[in-house]
Amino acid sequence: MKEKRLSIDFFIVNELDAQGLISPEWSNTVIDEKKIQHLKNTAQKVRRKIIEILGRAGSGHPGGSLSSTEIIVSLYEGIMDVDPSQPRKMQRDRLVLSKGHSCPALYVMLAFKGFFPVEDLDHLRQWGSHLQGHPDMKSTPGVDMSSGSLGQGLSAACGIALAAKIDKRDFWTYCIIGDGEAQEGQIWEASMFAAHNKLDNLIVFLDFNKQQIEGRVDEIIGPLQYEEKWKSFGWHVQTIDGHSFKEIFHAVDTAKKSRFKPFMIIANTVKGKGVSFMEWNLDFHGTAPKGTEIEKAISEINDSAF
Amino acid sequence: MAELKGTRDGYGEALIELGEKDSNIVVLDADLGSSTRARKFATKFPERYFNVGVAEQNMIGIASGLACTGKTVFASTFAIFATGRPWEQIRNSVCFSNLNVKIVASHGGITVGADGASHQSLEDVAIMRCIPNMKVIVPCDYEETKKTMREIVKVKGPYYIRLGRAKYPVLTNPDTPFEVGKGHIFRKGKHVTIISTGTMLDHALKAAAQLEKQDVQAEVMHIHTIKPIDAELIAASAKKTRCVVTVEEHSVIGGLGSAVSEVLCSCCPVPVERIGIQDKFGRSGSPEVLIKVYNMDVPDIVEAAKKVIQKKD
Repeated sequence: MKEKRLSIDFFIVNELDAQGLISPEWSNTVIDEKKIQHLKNTAQKVRRKIIEILGRAGSGHPGGSLSSTEIIVSLYEGIMDVDPSQPRKMQRDRLVLSKGHSCPALYVMLAFKGFFPVEDLDHLRQWGSHLQGHPDMKSTPGVDMSSGSLGQGLSAACGIALAAKIDKRDFWTYCIIGDGEAQEGQIWEASMFAAHNKLDNLIVFLDFNKQQIEGRVDEIIGPLQYEEKWKSFGWHVQTIDGHSFKEIFHAVDTAKKSRFKPFMIIANTVKGKGVSFMEWNLDFHGTAPKGTEIEKAISEINDSAF
Repeated sequence: MAELKGTRDGYGEALIELGEKDSNIVVLDADLGSSTRARKFATKFPERYFNVGVAEQNMIGIASGLACTGKTVFASTFAIFATGRPWEQIRNSVCFSNLNVKIVASHGGITVGADGASHQSLEDVAIMRCIPNMKVIVPCDYEETKKTMREIVKVKGPYYIRLGRAKYPVLTNPDTPFEVGKGHIFRKGKHVTIISTGTMLDHALKAAAQLEKQDVQAEVMHIHTIKPIDAELIAASAKKTRCVVTVEEHSVIGGLGSAVSEVLCSCCPVPVERIGIQDKFGRSGSPEVLIKVYNMDVPDIVEAAKKVIQKKD
């Protein structure tokens, strides 16, 4: 996959390599091979279900759901402290999926965790379903904040992290934003606020999948120097492979040990990851697979070897 | 002559009063806390007061996050920046999830005065009341602002409270009845109903006094809660007088005049004259001059009343 990324996005990856940001040293204390295997199996199941429910719904956003799958699986399978039987418990970690269109991945993960029956996923985007086209905290158990309009979730995450600080509570607030989304000015208002108020209980993932609805992010509006941007805004920043569980867990571990600054994890990802004809394919940003595409995608995911 | 006091001063004082009772209250400000009087809260509770900087969209987003973690949030700036700039954040981050965010804005209306058009918010009530879950209150004076504050903290969910910049006559006292969602009749009459909101109540009462000298008995109703509006009281008065004048320091498109017309057209269709800003931007000038120039002064209300009486069945 890396070769493919190099060929298509040579500029971006080359730049990251030059900064020496890929492959820090790992220890096995944070995550072991057995756990990684479990996470990979879960991600495979999540991807398969994403394709199934988007296919059934006939609309939705596969590209960003598949690019953020490992991040969301990691959060709910070992990082976040949540209790599916008490989704509104005050002492819990929270996730704001600011790039709300990636909610199929979140919904599948929440269902697998037991926040609601897996069968509910069959009614995604339908009248009467609690699974709305974009996240609705009032409808769906386990959704901590409504989102969908880009640029707004990071501010909400800051508010949640700030509430924890005011009340001296020790829960963590996570947020996932998109690279296209980072074009919104509000993202930078929130970034200033988080650093100024030393929200070191806030851990943010940038799902850097390098594409947005109308094309490549770097071709639509650059520059993309996210590391420099967030560093200059007063954040801790770490760049990782967003499909590597080892790197995700280590980055979060580092983030939790870091103090006085919010933490940005720039996750290099592949849009449409896991289905060959969806990877780097803009047609699948906001269009659901149909007919034989569904079968082909599921069969590819089933056959993927770990 | 009634004492003159700022509605925003009522806000600042009420914030301290409420902050002492409830440690869950957090106040946000977008660098205009001295002007909105929100900053008073910081003198007592600095740990619960945050100036987010000149970043209104973020302020609303922060408010939504605080609210969904159990806080009662007051967010303040000038009305134009509190509603226009972050409208979509208010809709999607606050109102959609019915979060407990109270947006209290000063500098509503034309009486902002010298700062001119960019700072005179004449559309805020229109764009707030069209959002589901949002409730809208425009108090008439300092005392009523304090009462508004005490009531809205008791109810979870979003509110928009519109205050002014100038000093306005204090027309109510601590004992004047106040209930969110209920209009209040300040003067009984049978020939015409004058319905005002906010600080225009003073002008409405003066107009009624002048009309009396011309043998016209005007009923004066103050509607502080524009949403949910007191349809029952409005309809009952209109059924009696058969004609209505609305008075507001806001565009006649979408404000009180529209809200009252919406009530009347479905339950009691009678002629309505709407005093307010007639689809225009403001200009610099003193509040008194502007009220005259924009045809919202006492003689304008008197003329509108006579005109609408002529249109009666």
